[in-house]
Amino acid sequence: MSDITMIEAVNLALHHGMEHDPAMVILGEDIGINGGVFRATVDLLGRFGPERVLDTPLAENMIAGVAVGMAAQGLHPVAEIQFMGFIYPALDQMVSHAGRLRNRTRGRLSCPMVLRAPYGGGIHAPEHHSESTEALFAHIPGLRVVIPSSPTRAYGLLLASIRNPDPVIFLEPKRVYRLMKQGVKDNGEALPLDTCFVLRPGSDITLVSWGAMMHETQLAAEQLASEGVDAEVIDLATIKPIDMETILESVGRTGRCVIIQEAASTCSVGSEIAARLAEEGLMSLFAPIRRVSGYDTVMPMFRNEKHYMPSTERILQAVKETLEYA
Amino acid sequence: MIKTTSFEIAYHQFLQPNGEPSGGLPPLARDTDTLHALYHNMVFTRLYDERAVNMQRTGQIGTFASSLGQEAIGAGVGHAMQPDDIIAPSFRESGALFFRGFRVRDLLLYWGGDERGMSNPDVGDDFPICVPISTHCTHAAGAAFAVKYRNEPRVVVCLIGDGGTSKGDFYEAINLAGVWNLPLVVVINNNQWAISVPRSMQTKTETLAQKAIAAGIPGIQIDGNDPIAVRHHVAEAIENARHGNGPTLIEAISYRLCHHTTADDATRYRSDKELEAHRQYDPVPRLRTYMTQQGIWSEEQETQLQTDCKTAIEQEVQHYLASEPQPPESMFDSLYATLPGELESQRRSLMGKE
Ligand SMILES: Cc1ncc(C[n+]2csc(CCOP(=O)(O)OP(=O)(O)O)c2C)c(N)n1
Ligand SMILES: [Mg+2]
Repeated sequence: MSDITMIEAVNLALHHGMEHDPAMVILGEDIGINGGVFRATVDLLGRFGPERVLDTPLAENMIAGVAVGMAAQGLHPVAEIQFMGFIYPALDQMVSHAGRLRNRTRGRLSCPMVLRAPYGGGIHAPEHHSESTEALFAHIPGLRVVIPSSPTRAYGLLLASIRNPDPVIFLEPKRVYRLMKQGVKDNGEALPLDTCFVLRPGSDITLVSWGAMMHETQLAAEQLASEGVDAEVIDLATIKPIDMETILESVGRTGRCVIIQEAASTCSVGSEIAARLAEEGLMSLFAPIRRVSGYDTVMPMFRNEKHYMPSTERILQAVKETLEYA
Repeated sequence: MIKTTSFEIAYHQFLQPNGEPSGGLPPLARDTDTLHALYHNMVFTRLYDERAVNMQRTGQIGTFASSLGQEAIGAGVGHAMQPDDIIAPSFRESGALFFRGFRVRDLLLYWGGDERGMSNPDVGDDFPICVPISTHCTHAAGAAFAVKYRNEPRVVVCLIGDGGTSKGDFYEAINLAGVWNLPLVVVINNNQWAISVPRSMQTKTETLAQKAIAAGIPGIQIDGNDPIAVRHHVAEAIENARHGNGPTLIEAISYRLCHHTTADDATRYRSDKELEAHRQYDPVPRLRTYMTQQGIWSEEQETQLQTDCKTAIEQEVQHYLASEPQPPESMFDSLYATLPGELESQRRSLMGKE
């Protein structure tokens, strides 16, 4: 077991999937000889050949639609969209077909595909390369949305997504791709898809986040610990469906909740969690639920992106305000 | 059997790679001012690209896309357009943008992650650089409808890459332009690569120009490294469109002598041999040789031009480097014509006033 980055963990899971599942194919732009622009698909072409590792023409609607067709006929396509900013042509296929095929045919056909895409800001990327629009997909019935936040979870959750019988949008926080290393066992063990991960137990306040914002959230929790505040930190990981049971149990104990997300706040995943807490956990709350989000603006180009993304300071400020309620 | 369409795709070149004329030359080949303007733009663009790539390496701008080896396309297109025409550019055509009035400082701001790069009011109503590939083709068609609707003698020119022609947007735009007889010229910079994907893996058609046939519009291929061919044929298509004769698709054959962007390493997928074999088609020495042979270009002029361009670029670079970032709350200030009240409070909280 060696220490690897998240991008290497994604690559490892893809290798494992390809090795053990002859129905699995990989497709996308620049995923062959180039190994993907972030190198997620390195060495797959060499190892599994051009019949299973398919460099496509430049067309995202085609990539998603072809994956739907492949999946309907028993293949397990794992398609890469080069950046989430270019996923929108694929939205039509995911909304109109991937999420509905099973239902439309009452189970006669299904759509076991994965659509992977790097997402999120913080790497000084050009325009359209930094947004976090996971809520668009979380809104769609029939889809699953998964976001890992570490190498181990990337490996286990991607394997789970590949083996899942339904379409999964697998969003990779590219700021974390090379941010940290972890020991990842290439044992083929998948992680559960409907379960949050409690990264830090605590009793004073519940912090819920996912993707790259786990980093700032954990920094905030450490800072709070040094100030005598014991925060519980939850990595949502599966954006849809949401494991509300774990969140409700936690908030049932702490009575306070701050949700941290990079995305714009209106109609976001954070909004959904807050709504569910209001519906199912209101009686255990000591303070209003707070969301620390990106603003409802177009994500600024990178010279100002740091002002958009929630900082540890903004998280701490929200936590302090939440703790002020007796 | 019904015979519908059979076709041939014309290929146009005036200057051979060695700078010798390949046959009869158009009048502009004798027009010293035009040739000088094209050459100036190409040299300027090349020096700008070189400087920008270095600035990326030292963290002064972000990811940057050079147009090394493809300068004749930007120059020819930019020069062929009238000031009132409208350009819908991709992200690789800096030379055309310089002709349109964008300054080096604007483009550096853009690649330096600052929205003001696309805000220069002197640029008129040209579209900003388009990053989501091919999505701007339909904007170009819409703009072409708008000028036609208002009976304005203006033409829209859309620039796109070879990879971009695989997207539906491209076909949807030229198809509509055909049906509605729009004043639209689409120029493909076929630089043979879409990042790591070679042209042969984009489409099985022998030319990209023939995609026009399926839209029922004229399609031609030109030597995109021959600035005279680009200038002449793009201008011809533009004037055709201006006179109500509808759209044209032009495939300009070139070659990407650089990495895709500064974030790319082309040695992973492209052989040195292939790259080296294409250096002989470089458009810059081609035009220079021709002008020298015509007796309208000298060593002294070359030295002077290089110095002038470098000085001008350096001044612009200093302008860019001295620019202060926009205030953080600027992210709210161009979002809507009037900022909704709800966002006003977000804006205040960003400014620490709440
Ligand atoms: C819709 C979309 N998909 C993917 C990308 C990422 N991307 C940027 S440039 C590029 C290749 C473009 O190739 P081509 O159209 O030939 O233009 P070139 O870069 O060669 O000028 C890709 C895939 C993008 N910008 N937009
Ligand atoms: Mg290209």
